[in-house]
Amino acid sequence: MPWEIVIGLEIHAQLATQSKIFSGASTAFGAPPNTQACAVDLGLPGVLPVLNEQAVRCAIRFGRAIQAEIAPRSIFARKNYFYPDLPKGYQISQYELPIVGKGQVHILLADGTRKRIGITRAHLEEDAGKSLHEDFHGYTGIDLNRAGTPLLEIVSEPDLRSPEEAVAYARKIHQIVRWIGISDGNMQEGSFRMDANVSVRPQGAETFGTRTEIKNLNSFRFLERALRFEVDRQIDVLERGGQVVQETRLYDVDRDQTRPMRTKEEANDYRYFPDPDLLPLVLEEEQIARATADLPELPDVKAARFRDQYGLSDYDANLLTSSLAMADYFEAVAQACDNPKLAANWLLGEVSAALNKADLDLEQAPISAEQLAGLLQRIEDGTISNKIAKQVFEALWRGEGPTADAIIEAQGLKQITDRDAISALVDAVIAQHPAQVAQYRAGKEKVLGFLVGQVMKASRGKANPQQVNALLREKLKA
Amino acid sequence: MHEKSIAELSAGLRKGAFSSLELTQHFLQRIETLDPRLNSFITRASETALAAAKQADQRIRQGTATALTGIPIAHKDIFCTQGLRTSCGSRMLDNFIAPYDATVVARLKEAGAVILGKTNMDEFAMGSSNETSWYGPVKNPWDETRVPGGSSGGSAAAVAARLCAGATGTDTGGSIRQPAALCGITGLKPTYGRVSRWGMVAFASSLDQAGPMTKTAEDAALLLQVMAGFDPKDSTCADEPVPDYTAFLHQDLRGLRMGLPVEYFQEGLDAGVAASLEQAIAVFRSLGVEIQDISLPNSPLAVPTYYVVAPAECSSNLARFDGVRYGHRCQDPKDLEDLYKRSRAEGFGPEVKRRIMIGTYVLSAGYYDAYYLKAQKLRQRISEDFQRAFEQVDLILGPTAPSTAFPLGEKISDPVAMYLNDIYTIATNLAGLPGISLPIAPVCGLPVGLQLIGNHFQEARLLNAAHQLQRHTDWHQAVPPGFA
Repeated sequence: MPWEIVIGLEIHAQLATQSKIFSGASTAFGAPPNTQACAVDLGLPGVLPVLNEQAVRCAIRFGRAIQAEIAPRSIFARKNYFYPDLPKGYQISQYELPIVGKGQVHILLADGTRKRIGITRAHLEEDAGKSLHEDFHGYTGIDLNRAGTPLLEIVSEPDLRSPEEAVAYARKIHQIVRWIGISDGNMQEGSFRMDANVSVRPQGAETFGTRTEIKNLNSFRFLERALRFEVDRQIDVLERGGQVVQETRLYDVDRDQTRPMRTKEEANDYRYFPDPDLLPLVLEEEQIARATADLPELPDVKAARFRDQYGLSDYDANLLTSSLAMADYFEAVAQACDNPKLAANWLLGEVSAALNKADLDLEQAPISAEQLAGLLQRIEDGTISNKIAKQVFEALWRGEGPTADAIIEAQGLKQITDRDAISALVDAVIAQHPAQVAQYRAGKEKVLGFLVGQVMKASRGKANPQQVNALLREKLKA
Repeated sequence: MHEKSIAELSAGLRKGAFSSLELTQHFLQRIETLDPRLNSFITRASETALAAAKQADQRIRQGTATALTGIPIAHKDIFCTQGLRTSCGSRMLDNFIAPYDATVVARLKEAGAVILGKTNMDEFAMGSSNETSWYGPVKNPWDETRVPGGSSGGSAAAVAARLCAGATGTDTGGSIRQPAALCGITGLKPTYGRVSRWGMVAFASSLDQAGPMTKTAEDAALLLQVMAGFDPKDSTCADEPVPDYTAFLHQDLRGLRMGLPVEYFQEGLDAGVAASLEQAIAVFRSLGVEIQDISLPNSPLAVPTYYVVAPAECSSNLARFDGVRYGHRCQDPKDLEDLYKRSRAEGFGPEVKRRIMIGTYVLSAGYYDAYYLKAQKLRQRISEDFQRAFEQVDLILGPTAPSTAFPLGEKISDPVAMYLNDIYTIATNLAGLPGISLPIAPVCGLPVGLQLIGNHFQEARLLNAAHQLQRHTDWHQAVPPGFA
């Protein structure tokens, strides 16, 4: 039987605020345990939460970026459960009235089509602390540095139909939160975590199958692998005539499988109710306008503009808008060298490869947009060939000169376009390779490539290849 | 000295009739000799009190004193005090020392008030007799076989017995007003949001409010003046200017309209208490107050509504007492669940457990709509009753409690009978309104309280009416015979 996969994601993005969502303690990552937890974070008696305005601003920006309704009035609620790293015995979250309502994003599918993915809601909440089970000899250590860190929980509709779509959607959200500056999206540090709800149903069925939830996935690769495993597992269970149990599962990275964490019966009754310590969050139009005034051009809009304005393919435009830094870099290079396609090719080719190799982000690239544009201009005006350009690029990367021009000059890489100079090189090569010349003249045209190569070698790559080609043909004809 | 009001003591300090050190020593001495009979203090702070008194004397000499500088007061043991134990009347917090002062404590300290110690209370402010305290019941100074009321029973008894010049209390359903009535003192519960809740151990966050407990309305005005005002650390604290309460005290009452809710004068009200109220009403009439009957038709719903809302909030507020970070932890827990269960089973008393269980129940899936949501709707209706009433009258007058102080042990095993003690005080908490209890003519030698209720932020008007009554009567000056 053909099965249809149904996936919905809940993504927790840590918001890039200086202090916690309800206290003044710092949110910086990596401090020694419990040094960034104040009385409020510790849940001492008598302490009270005060909402961080920056967190609200982040949520508003996100709402606008996904074309969602931003609630004029939203409510903070308590989610009650006991856990040692949850100091108050409840988490302050939003339940019935979240700050961000229904919205949407578009993802690009493998076949090049765009698909709309609905977002049910996004709400503000505080993170819990961390339980440390190692190194305490049978005890559990508690680190409350993370307790009270602001999160935006982004809940998608069950619109995703494959693990690939789920990853594309997750990447889209990751792109947006970083793009609008509300989260650093750092997955190693846990700033972007995903829970996946998965079910399968017979193709064409109208009701959903029983779902399982896979908790706490912190990389796109694990998301995809966990979903693949879980989908196969569910289909296998159903095809053997069994039933999927509604439960929460964990993905075991080492074994590449999911396993049960708790079933529905064991699930907590969270006893949500409005937090009486916090007033309803009321947003005025003016406050929303202020929070969104400096929103950058959004990725989809920018990609469309790149396509139209610079004549790029959908694919390239999409890649060039994977981050705001990338898009800005591209646009700076494209405008300075006046050849957007060349700029795109270099950015997605040489630059990306070099960054990957060095394991750097674009922000850390040793070559500025201005420097790259300077290099591309020299390709454009024929000063250097593509091949030499790569050499100059590497020299720039290593910091051997301040500009492409300086390196070309210092290393004598300027392309040889002087007809007489090339002619002399061609004559010498013809003289040195009588056998190949005879072969060519006997009709073996392929040999030309060898001869061109010899000339280029003799010029140390600097001769203009088109000119070499033309001159060789001319002289061999004679 | 101890019989004097704060206003009189303040004047005496400035004149140099006595020093704060002398005054403080005097009160500490009284606590030492008399409190063993009452058990009104959980923790005494003699050393820090004497140091603060010396500082206050210096301030008085330098001319930078406020009306409260050098005045020895006591705090209900629900307010966090930096470096001084805050037990909240519970075994759970028997070992808890807060690293910060509650805003109320900080403001009174800043004004120069001297803290004598922390007063006894019902555990986590849950009770109306002070019998649920881990530290044992407080006795009523008017009759030591009777309860002082609760939950601020220690503060009420200490002020009544003149063991301190004034005290702080908190009121979630009557916990300032009812013990004030039973002990014969003045107790004011301000408007919700008038006084910061920062550093006040939470019982029911949407109802809790701190207020002064004093011998006179004038003293209540002096304390409230310092306690009230916006606090950025409490999101529910109102950013509303604080009027000069003392200046307003002397206003004439002619033309003031007071309403008597018919529902507050029906069966359930002790005949003696009703007769006392009649006397006081006659005094108000003689001062030119216009008295009329009004109706608060949803009054009978106040107690049931309260006993859904308050436990719901408390079940969540008290979840933090889990034995993990501070407070009571059981011996040798065998695992996490054992740690939670035994720490909480040992740390909390029966009344607190009862309310946590009720609260957990009413918030549970499947019961939330029928209880919690319904209660919120009724709360709204109770509020609307008051708003309609305030279209006709300026203040509402009624009894504070249905009877005088009852004997120790009488109601402790009958929760519903205990809860009904707050039948006249609970609605104002649900509506967030200010209320004050004043001593009026006693019945059989036991104090009786009259309650005035005002609209939001009408504390000045309440204190004005209370002060005028006290200017023309001497009920508030009565001292329990054993504590003169």
